Amino acid sequence: MSIPQDLRYTKSHEWVRIEGDSVVIGITHYAQDQLGEVVFVELPSVGDSVEEGEEMGTLESVKAVSEMLSPLSGEVIEVNEALEDSPDLVNKSPFGEGWLVKIKGSVDGLMDSQSYAALIEAEQH
Amino acid sequence: MAESESLQKTPLYDEHLAVGGRMVPFAGYSLPVQYTSLAEEHTAVRTKAGLFDVSHMGEVFITGSNAFDFVQNLSCNDHSKLAIGRAQYTGLMYPQGTFVDDMLVHRMDDQEFLLVVNAANRHKDVAYLQGLAEGQEGVTVEDRSDQWAQMAIQGPLASEIAQALTSTDLSAIRYYRFAWGEVAGRRALIARTGYTGEDGFEFYTAPEDAPTVWRALLAEGGPKGLVPAGLGARDTLRFEAGMCLYGQEIDAETTPLEAGLAWIVKLAKGDFIGRDVLQAQSENGTERRLVGFEMLDRGIARHEYEVFLSETDENPAGWVTSGTQSPTFGKALGMAYLPTDHTDIGSEFFVKIRNRRLRARVIKMPFYSRKK
Repeated sequence: MSIPQDLRYTKSHEWVRIEGDSVVIGITHYAQDQLGEVVFVELPSVGDSVEEGEEMGTLESVKAVSEMLSPLSGEVIEVNEALEDSPDLVNKSPFGEGWLVKIKGSVDGLMDSQSYAALIEAEQH
Repeated sequence: MAESESLQKTPLYDEHLAVGGRMVPFAGYSLPVQYTSLAEEHTAVRTKAGLFDVSHMGEVFITGSNAFDFVQNLSCNDHSKLAIGRAQYTGLMYPQGTFVDDMLVHRMDDQEFLLVVNAANRHKDVAYLQGLAEGQEGVTVEDRSDQWAQMAIQGPLASEIAQALTSTDLSAIRYYRFAWGEVAGRRALIARTGYTGEDGFEFYTAPEDAPTVWRALLAEGGPKGLVPAGLGARDTLRFEAGMCLYGQEIDAETTPLEAGLAWIVKLAKGDFIGRDVLQAQSENGTERRLVGFEMLDRGIARHEYEVFLSETDENPAGWVTSGTQSPTFGKALGMAYLPTDHTDIGSEFFVKIRNRRLRARVIKMPFYSRKK
């Protein structure tokens, strides 16, 4: 299972890539695999304020609804509009074209890839 | 985890692990929710064939000289014309005319019936049946669920694939009929029943024979497109076919008339448990009814979401029983209870999804019927 080393991870299986004064957020390969084929994505709007640890959107598969939690507080500056018509990008390319939102702000205290790998390992047993 | 330790394994548990089944707890059993992908498994059943482990289902035998009267009294359907080798869908009734469970009644013999009940309700059902049988002459209730494995092969190619493994002429077993035979050399009750809206068979075998039959079916059918299919696809398939699921469309609070199951309510057969209530509902109508609907706004309605008749009504008018993004139609569909005067095809209402009221419209059920 792929876990890129240059990203940071949350306990709720989001990944974060720091880009200057903003961060790009998505869900991990493990998260999309657990959820199954994503058929619906509800994202915040550009300009929305999001709070750390609060729900900022929803991902739905045929089987389940999964809340997306924001790992930081800040303003949404970009959302992945391609997901409205192609929600399956989250499955096909969770770390790439399937990114979810870009938020202005900074984040720390997240896991590195090694710690995240250990978390998944623990969850599977 | 204590929870997984207490889960029962079906006789096919190792087969699921061998082909990558993702096991989840379901009705006290560890069962595969999917193998590769829910959508792929769903589509395989609609276009080719899928193989399901349904060994968790309960098999309860009613035997004795009064078995017929006993079954006739607890079921809302009429089994008086149920010949040996035939099955009927019905409700196991409370005196309130509501469901203890829904089930298939198979007539095995003059004095023997096989009731196939939901796994989650099995112990409740058996206790209820034993309570009814107490003190009655000529009726024995026996839960033989642990002596039976069950698998279902469903889909347009199901018959062709299964025929290659049995000398029983499957074309002679018509819909809702069954016969004893051999599948892959193992004794099986072969029933032309299912829970997907497709043609297909359910095989009941001894637990120790189940892996042989399972593997033979996959080996025979695999090259033709048969795939193992999990609980996820089982749910979306039955949902598209408008089939009720206990705990969602039907339960101890709902009657078959409310659930659109008037075709299993036979008031003319004479007295039975719950008949008074159903008679009154039949004469006066029900206050609510189950409908099928499609979402007009972007969103997916789910089990237990509230529905409203307007954007401003304070109180919900009903609730969603099942809802998902339909794999066959590629859109969000659902079933819901609505006030009867709001159930015409084309009526619009609102589903509350994460604090927003999104528009939905009543459409005809079932959403999917196979071409015959």
